[in-house]
Amino acid sequence: MSTITLAGQALEVDEGGFLLNPDQWTPEVADDLARQAGIDPLTERHWQVIDFCRRDAAEKGTPPSLRRITKVLGVPTKELYTLFPKGPGILAARIAGLTKPKGCV
Amino acid sequence: MSTVLESAPTSDRVAAGQDESARRVAIICSKGSLDMAYPGLIMANAARMMGMEAMIFFTFWGMDIVTAAKVDRLHAGMLGNPSSPMPHSIMGLPGMEALATKMMKKKMEELDIPDVRELLETLDDAGAELYACKLAMEMFDLDDMDLIPQVKGSLSAMDFWEKTAGAQIVFI
Repeated sequence: MSTITLAGQALEVDEGGFLLNPDQWTPEVADDLARQAGIDPLTERHWQVIDFCRRDAAEKGTPPSLRRITKVLGVPTKELYTLFPKGPGILAARIAGLTKPKGCV
Repeated sequence: MSTVLESAPTSDRVAAGQDESARRVAIICSKGSLDMAYPGLIMANAARMMGMEAMIFFTFWGMDIVTAAKVDRLHAGMLGNPSSPMPHSIMGLPGMEALATKMMKKKMEELDIPDVRELLETLDDAGAELYACKLAMEMFDLDDMDLIPQVKGSLSAMDFWEKTAGAQIVFI
């Protein structure tokens, strides 16, 4: 566990950089989390993915797998890797302020 | 911009935005049964999902996984498998292997795991590199045309070692 400052807030994150307190997430925090992962700026298409992940996690209690994002939201695998080049499986959920996804695909 | 106040080594890497993209994994798939195909493909896909580079080398019976005429007909290998849920005397009876295969596929579907062909397409879309073993192709009289289109090409064993310099190796 460690503390980092994003968007002017001190935030606790786990070893994988996931927020420990989801209530601290704001769109500005997402911008900073994205910047850490080399994504600058977040585009409308990124936000579609982030919003879907947050909505789906709120509904299901766990962040969606990549396969679920492609099937339900309809963003193809290739595009997910273009949007989050350093690993969409980790980054979409991390930037969305969620926990690490449990799914293996 | 973000400032790091206090952090463990892992978080330093995360904060610096380095993640796992410096890691590479090379998986050698040498078996062609359903239960030997999934582990390699899922591990490679998970590596890509985390931003690691992933390369897969299909050789010997593993060629079945990328052979167009066989990929949809992989079987769960239960004979000679000490973990087989039923005694070999029963697993050896006609139709038992087909039944075990059907049950495994059904379970995978319930867990939202794609079939092998879809998983290979996903791997390709995810940027994993799939290679066939040149020697195994000659041995089984296979042509590039016999393979699924996601295979980038055929390599000799030495070509593969060159390509995977510095990678973590997994042999299945």
